[in-house]
Amino acid sequence: MMEWLIQHVLEKYNFWIAMLIIIIGLTATIVKENLLKKLIGLSIFQTAMFLWFVSLGDVGRNILTTWGLKTGTPPILWEQAAEKGYIYVNPLPNVLMLTGIVVSAATTAVALAIVIRIYQKYGTIEEDEIIEKEKEFERVGG
Amino acid sequence: MYPVEHFPVLIVGLALFCGFTMLLAGYTSRRLPFFMSLAMNSVFLIMSLFILDHVLTVGPIRYWLGGWRPPWGIEYVVDAMNAYLLIIVISIVILGLIYSRGNVRHEIEERKHVTFYTLVQLMAAGMYGITVTGDLFNMFIWLEIASLTAYALIAVAGGRALRPAYNYVIMGSIGAVLYIFGVGWIYSVTGTLNFADMRLLLPLVYDSRAVQMGFAMIVVGVMIKAYIFPLHLWQPDVYTYAPSTISSMMASVHVKVMFYMLLRMFYSVFTLDFIRHYIGLDLLICWVAAIAILAGSIWAIKQRNLKRMLAYSSVSQMGYILLGLGLSPLSPWGLVGVAAHILNHAIGKGCLFMCAGAISQQEGLRDIRDFEGLGKKMPHVCAAFTIAALSMIGIPLTAGFASKLFLIVASLDAAQYPFVAVLLLSGLLNLVYFWRVIDQMYFVKHKGTENAAEVRETGKSLPLSMVAPILILASLCIIMGIIWLTNIPMPLINHILSNLRMGVTL
Amino acid sequence: MTQEKRAYKRDVVIEVTASLMFPFILLFGLYVMMGTGGTGGGFQGGTILATGFILYITVFGTDKGREKMPESVNVFFKSFGLFLYNGAGWLCILFSLATAQWLNMPAFWPVTEFTGIAGARGFLIAYMISVGIGLTVMASFVSQYFDLSMKEDDEMDGDEG
Repeated sequence: MMEWLIQHVLEKYNFWIAMLIIIIGLTATIVKENLLKKLIGLSIFQTAMFLWFVSLGDVGRNILTTWGLKTGTPPILWEQAAEKGYIYVNPLPNVLMLTGIVVSAATTAVALAIVIRIYQKYGTIEEDEIIEKEKEFERVGG
Repeated sequence: MYPVEHFPVLIVGLALFCGFTMLLAGYTSRRLPFFMSLAMNSVFLIMSLFILDHVLTVGPIRYWLGGWRPPWGIEYVVDAMNAYLLIIVISIVILGLIYSRGNVRHEIEERKHVTFYTLVQLMAAGMYGITVTGDLFNMFIWLEIASLTAYALIAVAGGRALRPAYNYVIMGSIGAVLYIFGVGWIYSVTGTLNFADMRLLLPLVYDSRAVQMGFAMIVVGVMIKAYIFPLHLWQPDVYTYAPSTISSMMASVHVKVMFYMLLRMFYSVFTLDFIRHYIGLDLLICWVAAIAILAGSIWAIKQRNLKRMLAYSSVSQMGYILLGLGLSPLSPWGLVGVAAHILNHAIGKGCLFMCAGAISQQEGLRDIRDFEGLGKKMPHVCAAFTIAALSMIGIPLTAGFASKLFLIVASLDAAQYPFVAVLLLSGLLNLVYFWRVIDQMYFVKHKGTENAAEVRETGKSLPLSMVAPILILASLCIIMGIIWLTNIPMPLINHILSNLRMGVTL
Repeated sequence: MTQEKRAYKRDVVIEVTASLMFPFILLFGLYVMMGTGGTGGGFQGGTILATGFILYITVFGTDKGREKMPESVNVFFKSFGLFLYNGAGWLCILFSLATAQWLNMPAFWPVTEFTGIAGARGFLIAYMISVGIGLTVMASFVSQYFDLSMKEDDEMDGDEG
């Protein structure tokens, strides 16, 4: 029982925490009616996804190297260690998620610009009020 | 190394370069960006024809960016399916640009024209990039370039397009993040991001939960982007209120490259062995597609706004392509149907949306009930609309008939008879909602003034730049309909099947 | 001189601090972009460069901020950054430098060969790409900040980053 717990829960804590934050972000995006809060929820969702992806690269845990470390070192070339052999974390997920962060920033910028235009046109950023105003426009014949 | 092998990278790189040069050139002259974009895209069309020729004679192009060998580097792979789709995308972008020349004057303010053309060029660059790439993460990047520019282009018109654009931003971003989430799951198990390498490493871990999770996430993410039922809810509002050029370009090619991503996942990354490994998965996809076909058509019947009706019709057409995809593990004709319908829907729906934009620009009419007597006022546009509508319904000798034929042959070959009934029923439903429009245009007497002279004298006429693409696409509907029934496309189809390793030739 | 309406009173301390810090923030951004050994890169450096401009615009208002970064200069930087990092790729395709170590080759190769200035050898192609990315990112973020903070009569369409 204890072994099952350690193997499936405690060693994979990065998966559990990242999934929890992903679900929080997704719930915020879906449930909230204020346009800005939806955007914040989307941002939380994306950030937690990047966190999860980067945590996939954490190798070298519980491997006792000659340096006495139990985790992988940052992925920097270290001449004194290179001949003795050391384990560094996978730099590829970090690099991929850097690009993902750029994409996330651009998406947030586009969404914010649209929210500002919506506010200037409708005077509100609550989604149910916007739908009400659209129905009024249609009834009037706009 | 042939010079042609550089062409995929040249197309993509030059498209990006041209986009930003147009932004600078807009300072000297307002009209220069349009001509630059048109010229560069024509050059790309010629280059893509050379690529298709090379792929059919010599073999698929594999280009290592920067000289780094896969799996450490990014690879661009162009095989027959890619080259075919690239030609379609570039052609529709050129026709859309020509159409937009007359259209943007009406719908978008003058000071936004330069940024409009820049964004269109960047969206085109993103679409070309999705088509030629051979790396999972690179595909995400091009996907986001194409999507972000599409979000901005829909919101450019302002007005009622803003709330649908915001909806699309949120839902599209969720779709893209789910895609990269799925890529993360399969990356964590295999350690590579290259299509070909992933194809070799995945069969060892088919039973792992991580791979199943990755597959599910990728499919759901791409379904949101490609508005496959039931994840299509953002689409009708967006297509109704976006500028007509953008609606037409997005319905023709933007959604096709999204669907192409799904195609690549099914054939080149998770091979068909994965689908067959889980009994009933292909039938599940087929039934989802069948429900999409029927639901889209039934919703389209209820609509009164022309563009909204065409939007729901697009949902149903994506169901056709998904049906072809689902039938392909059981019969190679499914893939033929997919390839055929990608082309036929692009030319048909592109023409229909362009006609809707032309009607809305010249007469200001959006509601179908107001279309009385349009056949006399706008003869060319209504004729093109009728031809394209016949292609969507599936009348013989038009393009849509060919893809329906291939899908029916696929379902008979796979011994799944319910889908034949679904396809025939959807042809009838298409007839119902398209006939309403054609009826109003031609056969309903113009109530009110019976003054025929007054009717013809309104004087407003469409610029040639809008009528020409409509007529070209309508005539293509008939020409392609005849070509698909002969033996001319067979070499291309055989190459597509063999490059995707279906193992059979027709 | 026209008196623009502000939401708060002018404060000498804030204004002097902002104008003093502005060049140092820009310098730090350049260091993060191309500095030695540490983490950094094009996107991060460009964001820090944009932060300097955003600080200036926040303290002094959009009109004086526009004088520091006029719109034509903004558009020029956006395109020039892309030309730099696209151009580095074009150079490598044109001169068939499609070898695996192309990022480590010196960018100003003619300068080192013909004039013998040793320092130019250190400026690798990888740095040229970083500078390109950084300039585009800076121009995009500054342009977005202008769009989000302009008043209604000066409103422009929100261009994406």
